Amino acid sequence: MTTDVITSAMTDASSAKLAGKSPIAAVPEMWETFKSDMKLVNPNNKRKFKVIVVGTGLAGASAAATLAELGYQVDAFTFHDSPRRAHSIAAQGGINAAKNYKGDGDSVHRLFYDTIKGGDFRARESNVHRLAEVSVDIIDQMVAQGVPFAREYGGLLDNRSFGGAQVSRTFYARGQTGQQLLIGAYQQMARQIGLGTVRLFNRCELVDTVVIDGRCAGIVTRDLVTGHVQSHAAHAVVLCTGGYGNVFFLSTNAMMCNVTAAWRAHQRGAFFANPCYTQIHPTCIPQADDTQSKLTLMSESLRNDGRVWVPAQAGDERSAADIPEGERDYYLERLYPSFGNLAPRDISSRAAKRAVDSGRGVGPLKNGVFLDFSDAVARLGKEVVQERYGNLFEMYERIAGEDPYAVPMRIYPASHYTMGGLWVDYELMTTVPGLYCAGEANFSDHGANRLGASALMQGLSDGYFVLPYTIGNYLAPMLNKPTPGVDHPQFKAAEAEARQRFQGYLDINGTRSPDWFHRELGKIIWNHCGMERTEQGLEQALTELPALYAEFQKDLRVTGDGSSLNQTLEKAGRVDDFFQLGMLMCRDALERRESCGGHFRSEFQDDEGEAKRDDEHFAHVAAWEWTGDPMRATRNVEPLDFTTVHLATRSYK
Amino acid sequence: MSRHLSDIKLKIWRQAGPEAAGRFESYLVASISDEASFLELLDVLNEQLISEGREPVVFDHDCREGICGTCSLMIDGQAHGPQRGTGFDRIVESGGYITADTGGAPDANLIPIPKPVAEAAMDAAACIGCGACVAACPNGAANLFTAAKVAHLNLLPQGQAERFKRVEAMVETMDQYFGSCTNHGECEAACPKEISIDVIALMNQDYRKAKFKNRKTLSRR
Repeated sequence: MTTDVITSAMTDASSAKLAGKSPIAAVPEMWETFKSDMKLVNPNNKRKFKVIVVGTGLAGASAAATLAELGYQVDAFTFHDSPRRAHSIAAQGGINAAKNYKGDGDSVHRLFYDTIKGGDFRARESNVHRLAEVSVDIIDQMVAQGVPFAREYGGLLDNRSFGGAQVSRTFYARGQTGQQLLIGAYQQMARQIGLGTVRLFNRCELVDTVVIDGRCAGIVTRDLVTGHVQSHAAHAVVLCTGGYGNVFFLSTNAMMCNVTAAWRAHQRGAFFANPCYTQIHPTCIPQADDTQSKLTLMSESLRNDGRVWVPAQAGDERSAADIPEGERDYYLERLYPSFGNLAPRDISSRAAKRAVDSGRGVGPLKNGVFLDFSDAVARLGKEVVQERYGNLFEMYERIAGEDPYAVPMRIYPASHYTMGGLWVDYELMTTVPGLYCAGEANFSDHGANRLGASALMQGLSDGYFVLPYTIGNYLAPMLNKPTPGVDHPQFKAAEAEARQRFQGYLDINGTRSPDWFHRELGKIIWNHCGMERTEQGLEQALTELPALYAEFQKDLRVTGDGSSLNQTLEKAGRVDDFFQLGMLMCRDALERRESCGGHFRSEFQDDEGEAKRDDEHFAHVAAWEWTGDPMRATRNVEPLDFTTVHLATRSYK
Repeated sequence: MSRHLSDIKLKIWRQAGPEAAGRFESYLVASISDEASFLELLDVLNEQLISEGREPVVFDHDCREGICGTCSLMIDGQAHGPQRGTGFDRIVESGGYITADTGGAPDANLIPIPKPVAEAAMDAAACIGCGACVAACPNGAANLFTAAKVAHLNLLPQGQAERFKRVEAMVETMDQYFGSCTNHGECEAACPKEISIDVIALMNQDYRKAKFKNRKTLSRR
């Protein structure tokens, strides 16, 4: 690392633009302090405010429901046929909460500490502490709504443990926790739709956010069935539009997950923070062939009872059963004895990559490692294993064609979650006043690596327990003041721009489909900005990406028209945004000259291959400012102060 | 696990819109690996069609793991979705919830729920709302979907306060959008989550009780 580099990273800092707005108090008292000091909107005045919520996953559905309960008028948007399809539904393993129901020493402080440490000291302490505080309310709320969490025989709630924690604090509903929580939040929102306090717009996609006189004034949407482009005005807009993991093309995200809403907001002034922090989940089913369209996650909860191993010798062709105990390498247990198979995701993923790269991969394509349940079956009996993981085993058998009770599962890391996202302050407001961002779409709580069972917690925390408080603080002074309506020229201009954009894709009339470009884009990002990054690789990606993007703009082919259901046209817009985001990701990864969490730069590791953080120069959030071209975005810095947790090297040994 | 390649012939119903005339069209996808899922087969076909400048096949899909319920295909007479329209949402909006505003919930362990009850509620709650039950039903009835939600909530202690109000509202909304159940049982056979038609019995029982209970409440006023 040269001194020049450090200077460039630090001098482009203009942290004045990034006021985190954490309350002035000791970290554990901040949330109470905020709630005592915030401005309130009288219950009878709340109906005078309209709030738009985009996305109906955990964060969106819970925010829409709660804001409506409080009395605000809410317009909720989903691009699915029903709000219940949101990708939160696919989360399997569980949700953390500092309930300490197991009496094993858990507490708000411990959950806060684990999350800060798990995030490799790259998250804001104030936000994370609040998350740990409200985690207990989430469980109460979801049980009251009828979420059928797993129970013990006495009728009390059951817990299990998850990666990166040494206590059992994870609540679960079989292997379908995300589904059950989403349906819970969806039902709560459905109640408000029935009452007329939430208006739902389905099959409707955000194409732009509109900023007038420095405030977010609303959004522009496109109806996916009719192609109709329309403006919607509001006092505040909340984006709960999920992560950008599909930039890799192959990921565990659902096919329609995309960055469009966040990216278009970025283009209107919302800073994009830490795009290089992407999570590669260690337990996915390995790619089977070239037609593969997505990867399937096997819940991390499996690592509670499964043991990860590869043959000790490279090139071992024997089947798992024929490899004697002494010739197996249980590498996680060997390298990280105190956490073993429950080491955090980033660490487990890199260890799997190294095992495969060393020629010890298993399966027909030698692209996986074993996750073996034979010890668990012997210890607990097949019945208990079935009760815990039955549906996951079935899913595996359906996809991989092998019975995991008989043959060890094969797993390999895949893109799964993105810690980066729109920059938000303590109140979850972006750098555009009136524009909020919640759930996976924001950057706030997970630092450089998210712990298992924390995504559901964060989505619901933001939607149920944070936004409903913080949004009032912004709206209160706007009472009875006029706000621009949809006939404002800026709405009209944004609509025209949106129509032009879609017509533009149709007019290229080249030869390649959006999917073809997406696949090629994904390969570049996976190879150079995946589990391991190097300066040289990132620079190569930053040469290849603009070239491929130029080809996209010249050679894209979208059939059909813009005034009816056209899935190819939808895809074109999403891939366009992924290209631009991909460039920003690589730039962010290049500028962050350290290894931390999910961001591993080969140049920065210790003798044992562990990540080497550089707290002196990089204990900050990098928030990028749009300048018209992602290759020339400006890097702003929000320094991270650690007053409650001491910066330490993360060790899971 | 050797990869086997085959040529697959597809006959797909194509229709430009709900009002347009439809027709079957035949396509050949050559040398497709047996590792490919059916949806990936359609991806390959669509790539082929786009490269020939023809209209790709429109199909709904999202998670590709069998959990989101978006899929919209009927393959060789087997329903994988999609007959739900917005009717399913309307049914849930009419009563498929527990009224519990954010903020007022008591501690989660305050109400112990016997494990068998929690498990039975979870069995019903596993419904993904795909609509295969409606598509498979000769009457186009949505009783399995509706009853799964009724059973999920009516079995739980938290759901008791609104038990009879819920079932009456949901059944009556269901009747506005879907056909009548005549106990064919095709829904259970088509359900990807293997939800038992026992839930329909529970719903019918609660509905019958509700018609009396709710009336009694009114007459007391």
